[in-house]
Amino acid sequence: MRAGDELEPLRVTPDRYLTVRYAGASGDFNPIHIDEEFARQVGLPGRILHGLYTMAQVARAHTDAGGPASLKRLSVQFRGMGVPEAELVVTGTVREVRDDAVAVVESSCEQDGKRIIRNAEAELRLEP
Amino acid sequence: MAVNTDVIGKTFAPATYAVGREKIREYAHAVGETDPLYLDVEAARAAGYADVVAPPMFAVVYSLPAVWPALFDEEVGIDFARMVHGAQEFEWGPVVVAGDEITTTASLKDASERRGNGVFVFESVSVNGRGETVCTGLWSNIVRSA
Repeated sequence: MRAGDELEPLRVTPDRYLTVRYAGASGDFNPIHIDEEFARQVGLPGRILHGLYTMAQVARAHTDAGGPASLKRLSVQFRGMGVPEAELVVTGTVREVRDDAVAVVESSCEQDGKRIIRNAEAELRLEP
Repeated sequence: MAVNTDVIGKTFAPATYAVGREKIREYAHAVGETDPLYLDVEAARAAGYADVVAPPMFAVVYSLPAVWPALFDEEVGIDFARMVHGAQEFEWGPVVVAGDEITTTASLKDASERRGNGVFVFESVSVNGRGETVCTGLWSNIVRSA
């Protein structure tokens, strides 16, 4: 991995019931993610994706090549809201490689042309 | 909103989470992971792990039982209906596998007011049964003004 290399872009379209499955899998049952009526009542367009589900897609784009032990650190900023039934696209670029041991990767996640995760920064452990 | 900065540094009760094989599989399926390390015991063992491996973001699952009570703490005083998740960071140590018991302790690292909104940063530190820190999390939540 070298500075300027790009991650293999990750594309995924969460289906209509994804938020329900993620709520069960993660333990986060906030009704804005699973109850259409409640979400509208609090001024949202409808049920929204869990930010940590979207972050998991960003993480996946980083570990697909090197496996789970390669991800040392990941930080993200959530902006806007992700929704089910629209494609998420995660892209990233290696900013620098330190001592041939750690790659620093900048990435973001877009949906419908909006960056719902931006300024994501990861450190990947490289194979010795 | 008025932010009670006296409560910065408060540490909340630890919570221990027993990592189960089927829970890892359920989580992996929900987020779309297909790596056999997460799903297939034989594949995980062949790679040198004792059991199926938890994807890094499974940290959410074992951390939340300690983080929820911190978010709802009365002294911290977050209005949950106005809260949005602003930012998140995780740093990982040794991987977690099914059979591990992970103990997480949450604390309020910072609380401030920014442009009228409350900003609350919680830290979670998760330790496995061998005393190794498997994950440290920073959970930044913004509580919008009325």
